[in-house]
Amino acid sequence: MAEQAVTHTTHTYPEASGLRSITADFSSDRQAFRNVSWGKAMMWIFLLSDTFVFSCFLISYMTARMSTTVPWPNPSEVFALTIGGTSLPLILIAIMTFVLISSSGTMAMAVNFAYRRDRRKTAILMLVTALLGATFVGMQAFEWSKLIHEGVRPWANPWGAAQFGSSFFMITGFHGTHVSFGVLFLLIIARKVWRGDYDQEQRGFFTSRRGNYESVEIMGLYWHFVDLVWVFIFAFFYLW
Amino acid sequence: MVDVPLGSTGVVAAPDVEDVELYHPHSWVTKYVFSQDAKIIAIQYAFVALSVGLVALVLSWLMRLQLGFPGVFTFIDANAYYQFITMHGMMMVVYVLTALFLGGFGNYLIPLMIGARDMVFPYVNMLSFWIYLLAVLILVASFFAPGGPTGAGWTLYPPQAITSGTPGGQDWGIIMMLVSLMVFIIGFTMGGLNYVVTVLQARARGMTLMRMPLTVWGIFTASFMALLAFPALFVGAVMMLFDRALGTSFFMPAIVEMGQPLDRNGGSPLLFQHLFWFFGHPEVYIVALPAFGIVSDLISTHARRNIFGYRMMVWALLAIGALSFVVWAHHMYVSGMNPYFGFFFATTTLIIAIPTAIKVYNWILTLWRGDIHLTIPMLFALAFIVTFVNGGLTGLFLGNVVVDVPLSDTMFVVAHFHMVMGVAPILVIFGAIYHWYPKVTGRMLNDGLGKLHFWVTFLGAYAIFFPMHYLGLMGIPRRYHDIADMAFVPPSAHTLNAFITIMALIVGAIQLVFVFNLFWSLRHGREAGGNPWRATTLEWQTPETPPPHGNWGRHLPVVYRWAYDYSVPGADQDFIAQNQPWPTRTSGAGHG
Repeated sequence: MAEQAVTHTTHTYPEASGLRSITADFSSDRQAFRNVSWGKAMMWIFLLSDTFVFSCFLISYMTARMSTTVPWPNPSEVFALTIGGTSLPLILIAIMTFVLISSSGTMAMAVNFAYRRDRRKTAILMLVTALLGATFVGMQAFEWSKLIHEGVRPWANPWGAAQFGSSFFMITGFHGTHVSFGVLFLLIIARKVWRGDYDQEQRGFFTSRRGNYESVEIMGLYWHFVDLVWVFIFAFFYLW
Repeated sequence: MVDVPLGSTGVVAAPDVEDVELYHPHSWVTKYVFSQDAKIIAIQYAFVALSVGLVALVLSWLMRLQLGFPGVFTFIDANAYYQFITMHGMMMVVYVLTALFLGGFGNYLIPLMIGARDMVFPYVNMLSFWIYLLAVLILVASFFAPGGPTGAGWTLYPPQAITSGTPGGQDWGIIMMLVSLMVFIIGFTMGGLNYVVTVLQARARGMTLMRMPLTVWGIFTASFMALLAFPALFVGAVMMLFDRALGTSFFMPAIVEMGQPLDRNGGSPLLFQHLFWFFGHPEVYIVALPAFGIVSDLISTHARRNIFGYRMMVWALLAIGALSFVVWAHHMYVSGMNPYFGFFFATTTLIIAIPTAIKVYNWILTLWRGDIHLTIPMLFALAFIVTFVNGGLTGLFLGNVVVDVPLSDTMFVVAHFHMVMGVAPILVIFGAIYHWYPKVTGRMLNDGLGKLHFWVTFLGAYAIFFPMHYLGLMGIPRRYHDIADMAFVPPSAHTLNAFITIMALIVGAIQLVFVFNLFWSLRHGREAGGNPWRATTLEWQTPETPPPHGNWGRHLPVVYRWAYDYSVPGADQDFIAQNQPWPTRTSGAGHG
């Protein structure tokens, strides 16, 4: 440790690549992830934690589905809509998935324009994202009411294992809550972008920290995550 | 302290390059109640957690009174007994130990030890405390709810947790417990994200990860683990809440209750146990790792010797943290899970003994030929090592399937986990409070009262838990309200139980001396000065004691060395602070 005792601390890091650059970052002072802001680091770690929440939900659902003594209702039939006389399996879910994935596209464009300081386009694209998110939640609500109308309850359903309804309401409900909060924060941040808060570095109402266009990107991280979770729910709940 | 200019918006703009802006409180309320200063939040966390600890202590008294003198205290009926046992366990594990180590010590020590002005998001940090307080209030309120608190045991196993035979099962008890846990987890997540990001992204200049004190490493690793482990409990709590409130059957198999078949079927009680222990086992280390870290610093400081094998200590912490996520089912050997799992989980469990043993050896080698000062923090640290080794050894018994099966659900298990994750971390908490109290208040805790507190607590804890091993080997089951009439119980077991109860009352009572000491020394303690232990870490180098808002005055510290430069040959003092650039060397002592 004697060497350490006389080490100066202002390093210039040689540009390294791959594994070496990770090692260099982690052995540096001040920051383990260079050029990553506090907010972004915090969002990433939160999303990691949230991944565990959704993983636990999905694994619990899969356990229930595999161990239940009564047959599991067929999702293709349950989630079919009759449009124009033909029964289309999973049609609503397909549209919902399309809507949500499209919203990730508009979100990515919003982030891009935010870094170009294009207030108008950023705000509009965020509003479109929020609108698509709200549409998703709306269709989710339609799906819930349809199933409830057909007699699906958290504790029972007409077609088989009671855990079908329990898992369905729990998982889609939890995901829908995530989307709804996302929409809320999209609107808040879109308003701030529109007002130019981030250009003037206005201070936050609660935190009194200076605003920054990075908020849009952090919002985007969350939004893409919610979208990604939906892909897994779609695969494991609806397609299985 | 140099006067820091105030910006027009009331925000302190410290003059350092790339320094952060701090929220500047205007009123008494924003300064001391709804404070965003990590140090105030830490004291709030510690105060609430210690208060909950006192409640949980009284609950353990009541339990012991029933076990030691069955039938004497008629108000402790079977229901009350189970309620006491449940609340004692849950309070101690989650609301005391987790909150105190991470919310208390984490908040106080992380920013100070890594040379930051505060946590990265002080506002979120403040919310974390108030949400924690809300969780505590909900939990305590369940004592006054119809039917009382839940008596399901701290593991809350379904189906019994939500059926009518269990106290609180069909009343409010279990609902309030689950809601309180969910609220706690939300609050903790806000704090935990702060702790992790602060350590990763807000260190002082020169503070590399491998120069951080082990205390920070321990709290950091534990916070990160908690962020990954609590989700499982959260999900388990949501699902059980649905089972109880909505009538779903996630955890409810086809079941007959009081002769009546319930309208449930197809659920898996084992699923809850997996979810619970996926949280529950990491939780053991969430409590243990901060203790490991703190104890390393206490030993190094009070033995005036650098920690032995610093790098190995860090890697061992990380290895224990990672391994603890793949051992959870060793709590479930007799649960009826696939017996082949036992082989896997016993193996991983025993592998954890390797990094743990590395840590214990390194502590002992740090002490080896050290200049040991038997200060009170040091006494507690030494007691921790003994207790932890003791509890760890019985862990080897319980980690093996064949040995565990006969010992399951006996007092042996109670003795084991109280030694290893009850007494051991609490000893570290005491040691840490005696160690850092001078920094928090500017005054030393009273030494005489401290010694009394230490010896009674340490010897008393052994008097309580050592005999329990024998009770367990005799086959005395845990969680029994009254074992009086069982044929296999020898009379000596009753004598032993009475002895344990009396010791528990004494050890509990001596904690009042500690509480008295905390308040008395606030005013009458000896003036401590800035660095009474002559320690190297940054929190002892603050310009003022107690450190003011922003910690460092005008200039952030710059770190030049690791945290363990004690007794460096040739240096003019027996310690060199982390922010001291060049050691003054009286001789040309070479690099060691």
